Amino acid sequence: MQRVLKAVGFVVWVALLLWGLSGVNQRLFGGRELANYGSYVPWGLWVSSYIYFIGLSAGAFLLSSLIYVFHIQALKPIGRLALFTAALTLLMALLSIWFDLGHMWRNYEVFTRPNFTSMMAWMVWLYSAYFLLILAELWFELRCDLAALADRGGVMGPIYRVLALGWRCPKTPEQAEACHLQSVRVMRVLGALGVPLAIAFHGGVGALFATLPARPYWHSAIFPIMFLTGALVSGGALILALTAMNRVVAGEEKRRILTTISRLVLGLLIFDIILEWAEFSIPMWYGVGHENTLLREVLFGEYWYVFWIFHVLLGSVIPIALLATRPGRPLAAGVAGGLIALTFLAVRLNIVIPGLITPQLEGLQSAYVDNRLRFEYVPSLFEWSVVAFIVALALGLFMLGVRYLPLRSHTATA
Amino acid sequence: MIAHNSMQMLETNGRDVHLPVMNNAPPAPPGAGDGVDTTRRALLQRAIAGAGGLAALFGSGSLLTAEIARAEAASVLDGADGPPANHLERMLADLDRALQKPMEQRKWVMVIDLQKCTGCKACTVSCVAENNLPPGVVYRPVIEEEIGEFPNVRRRFIPRPCMQCDNPPCTPVCPVSATYKRPDGIVQIDYDVCIGCRYCIAACPYNARTADFGEYYNADTPEIMDYETRPNFEYGREWKREPGRHASPIGNARKCHFCLHRIENGMLPACVTTCLGGATYFGDYNDNNSLVHELVGSTRVMRLKEELGTEPKVYYLV
Repeated sequence: MQRVLKAVGFVVWVALLLWGLSGVNQRLFGGRELANYGSYVPWGLWVSSYIYFIGLSAGAFLLSSLIYVFHIQALKPIGRLALFTAALTLLMALLSIWFDLGHMWRNYEVFTRPNFTSMMAWMVWLYSAYFLLILAELWFELRCDLAALADRGGVMGPIYRVLALGWRCPKTPEQAEACHLQSVRVMRVLGALGVPLAIAFHGGVGALFATLPARPYWHSAIFPIMFLTGALVSGGALILALTAMNRVVAGEEKRRILTTISRLVLGLLIFDIILEWAEFSIPMWYGVGHENTLLREVLFGEYWYVFWIFHVLLGSVIPIALLATRPGRPLAAGVAGGLIALTFLAVRLNIVIPGLITPQLEGLQSAYVDNRLRFEYVPSLFEWSVVAFIVALALGLFMLGVRYLPLRSHTATA
Repeated sequence: MIAHNSMQMLETNGRDVHLPVMNNAPPAPPGAGDGVDTTRRALLQRAIAGAGGLAALFGSGSLLTAEIARAEAASVLDGADGPPANHLERMLADLDRALQKPMEQRKWVMVIDLQKCTGCKACTVSCVAENNLPPGVVYRPVIEEEIGEFPNVRRRFIPRPCMQCDNPPCTPVCPVSATYKRPDGIVQIDYDVCIGCRYCIAACPYNARTADFGEYYNADTPEIMDYETRPNFEYGREWKREPGRHASPIGNARKCHFCLHRIENGMLPACVTTCLGGATYFGDYNDNNSLVHELVGSTRVMRLKEELGTEPKVYYLV
């Protein structure tokens, strides 16, 4: 049974990768003709996936800081898994937004031609710093284990040596202990720097939308807060699902950790729903106003199911039921976490797209007819295929990481 | 000199359109030696070159338009003394005065008289031709509104160029400082820098920015016609456009720039020159004697979304 599942999983992954590669090939050498976004709805699936993936990363990272900064021992065994996940999802986010750029090879200009008023520029600087910080944390956390693995030699030996950046573990127990204590100290400092950084950059992602006066749907102070809560919910849920589904931890320890994260995610999800209630009920209460019209469209318009089926039913009701009644069971926790994490893309799509589908001036929709000048948007297969590549790539790297990286601490730190 | 440029442009268009008015201008009237008169004549010729350009747009089938322009020009030139014969002539004189000042002392504004707009969309089309706009890019659509119910129904047309806001929401958002407000009031995009993130498009409250996806109207036909691959001259530079080559402005955000490349060469924006109803005016607001300064003083004046505080430099007369 296990074998059959594995084989099926592998076939699905290969199919996803191949489909994704065809999309990326089209994107790199063809352009964006097959994308469905345009001039009036300038952002689509790729921007939505970007904020989705980067939210997963910020959430996973903040969860890891519970371990490295606040030293919550109960979660310790999944610290590396959380960090590794934060790095991978950040990579996914950066790929998504890179494929979205009209001039992909000019991205460095955000550094060479800075604009200090641009919220987007701030976000880029902050997530670049965050990326470096995650890599540094991963290195300090894994260096001793990687060095030990490298010392064992074999085919993988040189690869581990490269990953450890040539680091060699001290030989005597005293030196090893000193080295280890240094790692713990550095991790604590880096983690402590990382917490405000993660809050700032993901709040910045929300502010990127919220600061635009031209878009009443986004222009609200609750937006950056909702982005952060959403990151914690979705990132936490992803870690929950990943912990449930693989063997980094097992047995009673797994059950304990799953219970802890389940409670955490449940609480965060409920808090997120309270914020969401505020976000919807306040502009809609008296049934008048511009935002009311837009939110009505989200709830009861053509794409009502994105909200009600994906977000409410699959992403909230079922996970809440599972998390509340079966917090420690791997299957229940895995399904609940997986559902929340996956369906959060629906939340992100419902942030980006509705903000763009109303003409800024009534009548523009029919003033000049062109495919790119429509105020409607559904992602094309091509756009999905590029996202499929990103997902397949990250899944592949994750499986490799779980298989070969010392994600389960060998020489227990702290 | 400028008229000569216009002629050259027409020749490179590869169409068999001549502007006979250049060669066949009637003999100078007595006393034509004085400066005022020749300036006047030059202005008229430029106005006519614009009209000829429109004729060229519609292909050789519209040679008639060029003929009419020539006939009109001849009659105007005959009586070339006295005050400007029409608003185009006056705006060209305004333009000349403005160009003699340093750039930071000019403030370009546009005035659109909605009572005169006939909804012909010549401005939209001439803009597309002037700037060689690909599918998905439009600088000046005309919004059509229907007001009232039968039998008391009216139509109103609102051309919508870039507002060239004094407090533009699109420029501070650019992560690479690729778009900025010029001292003369025009919001410019540096095509060589723009990374194509489209944040400015999302930030514009008028939907005045569009994205160039590198598409061609003839993409699914056996041949991409040469009128689609001709360069444009936005911001006074030649921008080549070749299928299969991803070079700016492809991949960039694009918008109306009041035909900066034309005005800096003493020509009116394409939409102004081609406006059949004479509804679009252009000039330097810092000049008290300019036509636009006079029109902005009208009681009928309004601006779009004034409440946002963007301070648009496009005024409408309602």
